[in-house]
Amino acid sequence: MTFNRYFLSLLSAGALAFTALSVRAEDKQLTVYTYESFTSEWGPGPKIAALFEKSCGCKVNYVSVADGVELLTRLRLEGASSKADVVVGLDTNLVTEAKATGFFAPHGVDTGALDVPGGFKDDSFLPYDYGHFAFVYDTQTIKTPPKSLKELVDGPAKDKIVIEDPRTSTPGLGLLLWVKAIYGDQAGAAWAKLKDRILTVTPGWSEAYGLFTKGEVPMVLSYTTSPAYHMVAENNDRYQAAEFSEGHYIQIEVAGMTKSARDPALAKSFLAMLAGPQAQGILPTTNWMMPVGKPAEPLPAAFDKLVKPAKTLLIPSDEVAANRRAWIEEWLAAMSRN
Amino acid sequence: MRRGLVPGLLTLAFLVSFVGLALVALLSADTGMPSPSGAFGGRFDVTVWRSLRFTLLQAGLSTLLSVLLALPVAHALARRPHFLGRLWLVRLMALPLGLPALVAALGLLGIWGRQGVVNHALAALGLSEPISIYGLSGILIAHVFFNMPLAARLFLSGLERIPGEHWRIAANLGMGSLSLWRLVEWPVLRGLLPGVAGLIFMLCATSFTLVLTLGGGPAATTLEVAIYQALRFDFDPVRAMALSALQIGVTLGLLLALRLAAPAPEEATTLGRASRRFDGKSLAPRMIDVVILGLAAVFVAAPLAAVAASGLAARPLRLLSEPAFQQALATSLAIAAASALICVALSTCLVTARLSALSMRRRSLPARLIAGASDGAGSLVLLVPPVVLGAGWFLLLRGFGAIGHFAPIIVILINALMALPFATRILSPAIATHHARTGRLAESLGLAGWNRLRRIDLPCLARPLLMALSFAAALSLGDLGAVALFGSQDLVTLPYLLFSRLGSYRIQDADALALLLGLVCLALTMAGTPGRGHRAEREGRPI
Repeated sequence: MTFNRYFLSLLSAGALAFTALSVRAEDKQLTVYTYESFTSEWGPGPKIAALFEKSCGCKVNYVSVADGVELLTRLRLEGASSKADVVVGLDTNLVTEAKATGFFAPHGVDTGALDVPGGFKDDSFLPYDYGHFAFVYDTQTIKTPPKSLKELVDGPAKDKIVIEDPRTSTPGLGLLLWVKAIYGDQAGAAWAKLKDRILTVTPGWSEAYGLFTKGEVPMVLSYTTSPAYHMVAENNDRYQAAEFSEGHYIQIEVAGMTKSARDPALAKSFLAMLAGPQAQGILPTTNWMMPVGKPAEPLPAAFDKLVKPAKTLLIPSDEVAANRRAWIEEWLAAMSRN
Repeated sequence: MRRGLVPGLLTLAFLVSFVGLALVALLSADTGMPSPSGAFGGRFDVTVWRSLRFTLLQAGLSTLLSVLLALPVAHALARRPHFLGRLWLVRLMALPLGLPALVAALGLLGIWGRQGVVNHALAALGLSEPISIYGLSGILIAHVFFNMPLAARLFLSGLERIPGEHWRIAANLGMGSLSLWRLVEWPVLRGLLPGVAGLIFMLCATSFTLVLTLGGGPAATTLEVAIYQALRFDFDPVRAMALSALQIGVTLGLLLALRLAAPAPEEATTLGRASRRFDGKSLAPRMIDVVILGLAAVFVAAPLAAVAASGLAARPLRLLSEPAFQQALATSLAIAAASALICVALSTCLVTARLSALSMRRRSLPARLIAGASDGAGSLVLLVPPVVLGAGWFLLLRGFGAIGHFAPIIVILINALMALPFATRILSPAIATHHARTGRLAESLGLAGWNRLRRIDLPCLARPLLMALSFAAALSLGDLGAVALFGSQDLVTLPYLLFSRLGSYRIQDADALALLLGLVCLALTMAGTPGRGHRAEREGRPI
């Protein structure tokens, strides 16, 4: 169809114009794919780029998408044509699928000094921060929070919680795995019981946390680090995380370099910097996650007040990849029952 | 008249190739692994059928409620052309459209939620347990909030096009309100009904955030969720396509049935005098209209007021000086303006083609096909999830350079296409009436082409065109779907910025942004629904 060809050439002409405007002449460039909150004004992105640019003699270009899952979708859509040198922001649950794409090269960074609960190690993916999932509650409404997942499941149906959907969000998937890790084959029954306490299931973290801070619901699935934000940035200790005796499921964020990286040495040095003390000091108060390495400067005192899970739960990535669909079906069946 | 077909056919070709190319690209995508669900996207399991059933149920009920409630509102507004605040009430009706679903949901919960105004009032009256809207009722409230005003606006435009002669004759014959309704108003509304109901049904069937957030759990799930999951979490394009096909097939079938059930009426000829109504002057109808309009205004305005209140509490002015806000505002406005213009141009072509095809002396099969296709093409686009269109175009363009550079164009086009059904619903009846009324005059004057456009078409169609532009722009302004996939640093729109702040705990900023976004939409609706400034119009003389 000539019409299509005409249309395409129009598009590419427009694109060329854009390219001419936006690309500046720099000798060395590093293109980092990441998620949006990483590159936002208060995210770690700007500071980390500045830190790296001080020593690399290069320019860091961020390309950001909505979240970690979108990041993987984006890479798959781009395929071999991807311009990504480094990818920051996948999590442990996506590692198996990310590896299967064959886009990633071994990072080669020494992880000896890193301390990740649950002991995650991988040749291709370098952990850079982590957070434990937790139920965050409003201390003005809830005086005695549940002390275990079992207490939460068996608790009164009138004390409502809000969670995220495992089909559309990583915290939702995290809770699904958390329940699975503790209840195993009985997970379906646990969900059927918990169902009555669940006010609603939102598509993502933002909607759930919005409902929580609006006072619509006094407890929400979030991270152990959420209270740190309120304490550090708002000087407000109203919102706290409930510690569960069975342990907390962990989300570990990882970064990797692509096989198509234009300058592998540069990509590798970015990853090494990300796990280094300077960046590790930036991440906690910008990304609101825990550092995997020793930060250059001590963390704000609020971080000492956070729940430190006695036990870390993590189902291996391969097992998650193999069972995710079946477990989501199980969740759907239990949650849709009347 | 045949000349009117060419732009329409080109538009059709463009729409079909824009959607078709994306689908083909996605289907033939080399994802590096076989489809996890097997050939043809796997069998549709019980979950799929359950979501389909719920999709149809909630969309059907939402449509029914929105349309039924919109009829009396439009009727009351049409019967009371002059009262203080009418203009603002009509403008208010265009506002919900421009709000991102999450903002509206939070506003609605401020009124209907567990800690909302209604429950506080009930608690004051001594009710111990809060009423909960989560579940079907919450979804219905939200969908009526979004779509009742839309339907009322479309119905109102129809009622305002009733020729003045009809009212004069009806008054001479001494018709009561019942006869007026039966003989004058209902025939017009019935002609609009399939289009309006069809549009609302599609909007509700593809609703995502509202259904999940207010639905109370996965028992309330639309097919759109499954499509999203298939494409995003499972990266299974084949299954996403199979589900999309199911959604499109079922909905198109329903729309077709709706259309066959209610054929469009003939246009009445008129001298084009501004219409003046003589009915409803006694006390009882006055009271009824006051109650209806009062309830509608409170129902629509209260959640908006809740959004505004939390926005005001979040000190919105400080954001105005932020470069991030200014840039997002500029981006949003540019995208909205471009997609609104494209949308209105495309839908004018489609509507004209449909009318040309219908007016051919012999309604041959091709002519009828063209008319049907022009009518359906606009709707079809709404049923193909933006995430599918976005992903498809992504694949097509990845060989042509950095994707980030194409993103603005694709986002503008997707937004334009999404607004197409709205613009078509607004323009189609208006242009049909206009042609019926001015066609002969223009021919007898020998006016054609540019002269006709300038002297006859544009002045007469200014209002519907403005309304279509503002609706399309508002819709694009509130959209998050298309931007999300492409979103890069260069393409941060206001809703994207809002979600970004929300995603990094900055709830205050998000509240303030919601208010500012609402104000931008308000400005748009003011432009789209200008006051009756035209002197001739005000005095009821022919224009």
